[in-house]
Amino acid sequence: MCLGIPARLVELPVGESAIAVVDLGGARRAVNVALVADEGLVEGDFLLIHVGFAIAKMESDEAARTIADLEALGGPYRDELEAMNRGSSR
Amino acid sequence: MSATEREVAGRLATEIARLAGEEHVRFMEVCGGHTHTIYRYGIPSLLPENVEFVHGPGCPVCVIPMGRVDDAIALATEETVTLCCFGDLLRVPGGRGSLMEARAEGADVRIVYSPLDALALAEREPDRQVVFLAVGFETTAPATALTVLRAAARGVANFSVLCNHVTIEEPLRALLGAPGVALDGLIGPGHVAVVTGAAAFGFVAKEFSLPIVVSGFEPNDLLESVAMLLRQRHSGRWRAENQYRRAVSDEGNLAAQAVMAQVFTRRARFAWRGLGEIERSAYGLREEFSRFDAERRFAVPGITVPDPRACRCGEVLRGVRKPWQCGVFGTACTPERPIGTCMVSSEGACAAYYHYGRLGGLRREPAVGR
Ligand code: SF4
Repeated sequence: MCLGIPARLVELPVGESAIAVVDLGGARRAVNVALVADEGLVEGDFLLIHVGFAIAKMESDEAARTIADLEALGGPYRDELEAMNRGSSR
Repeated sequence: MSATEREVAGRLATEIARLAGEEHVRFMEVCGGHTHTIYRYGIPSLLPENVEFVHGPGCPVCVIPMGRVDDAIALATEETVTLCCFGDLLRVPGGRGSLMEARAEGADVRIVYSPLDALALAEREPDRQVVFLAVGFETTAPATALTVLRAAARGVANFSVLCNHVTIEEPLRALLGAPGVALDGLIGPGHVAVVTGAAAFGFVAKEFSLPIVVSGFEPNDLLESVAMLLRQRHSGRWRAENQYRRAVSDEGNLAAQAVMAQVFTRRARFAWRGLGEIERSAYGLREEFSRFDAERRFAVPGITVPDPRACRCGEVLRGVRKPWQCGVFGTACTPERPIGTCMVSSEGACAAYYHYGRLGGLRREPAVGR
């Protein structure tokens, strides 16, 4: 639950909605970006995701490295992705 | 870890050994995520023996008192209630079993990934009273706050929150102020700091004359943070430094702080597993949102249950005892059948040590993949 996951922003929210789409290990997920809306989001940004919400924008090369490390970490990262898969978060 | 990262790790380890010299130094990693990385990668085996990691209270699953679990179970067993929680919470032992056991006996307990999933469930099933069991430090609290605001905006009448959100500052104060805690510095919780900002940890330096470095979660982040703590130690000037600049700013996420302030108020006191009651250490819902407060909507028993006698979680959470120094570690208490909370979540010190550190000391090489 406490494991934050960096993910790449692929679709900005439309209109009043705070729901954006991110790429997480190849899968697309809806996340709420209300808490980082002031950061001038553009597609391709890396966001740190916690329980369905983006809580920070991350520097991109570092975020990509974190993702690689998380993938190597296995267990908890997989659990987190699975948990995300179960929930729709829309 | 890539070859370059290994090289960086080696360089940092050498610098740490040089800076530490002969002195025995004890650094507390506050966050359970750090505990996990430390054991997972066998970081202690890279460092000289006189540099010791002490595990802190920053795993929100570990600090939930038994009475709160019992409250959640009591709610879950009400005929009309669907209780939603994160998967980590299912096995947390209360005084009368766990949510998993309650579910096996017929209680409607469902796992969600996000509080928004619980809200969506409430909208889909208007005949059910959906209660979200909210836990977590400042990292997850804004998510709950935004969900409550959304429930209010959409007028969802059958959704409420059993709020167990806690702040990291007050338990740290209690811990650092207690007699017998000999620490030389703190590794600050990176994801809490994303929300609170690195500057929020300045009190550690000011009030307790200790260095603190807010750290990222990769092995090299932790090594660099240890090096930064040792450099501060040499300079003799204590401050809150930020190693995790790629995600953490000085002032934190202001939008997240604003929604928390809008929805939450500090409780006068809150019970922590193993740490007792700590003043102003938790968040409750403000009066304006009382209709979303499960404690006000239902008759929550609110009983206090003492920690089990065999359990040393309190001492593990305060860093005064290592997991393996608990008499039931790995025997009566295992991740499958935990007695204490530190064995439940993979971020708990006992579970981390059980999974990665237990057999014949720690790895010499940082582990990659499985
Ligand atoms: S081994 Fe179990 S009972 Fe002992 S401190 Fe760890 S979690 Fe608590």
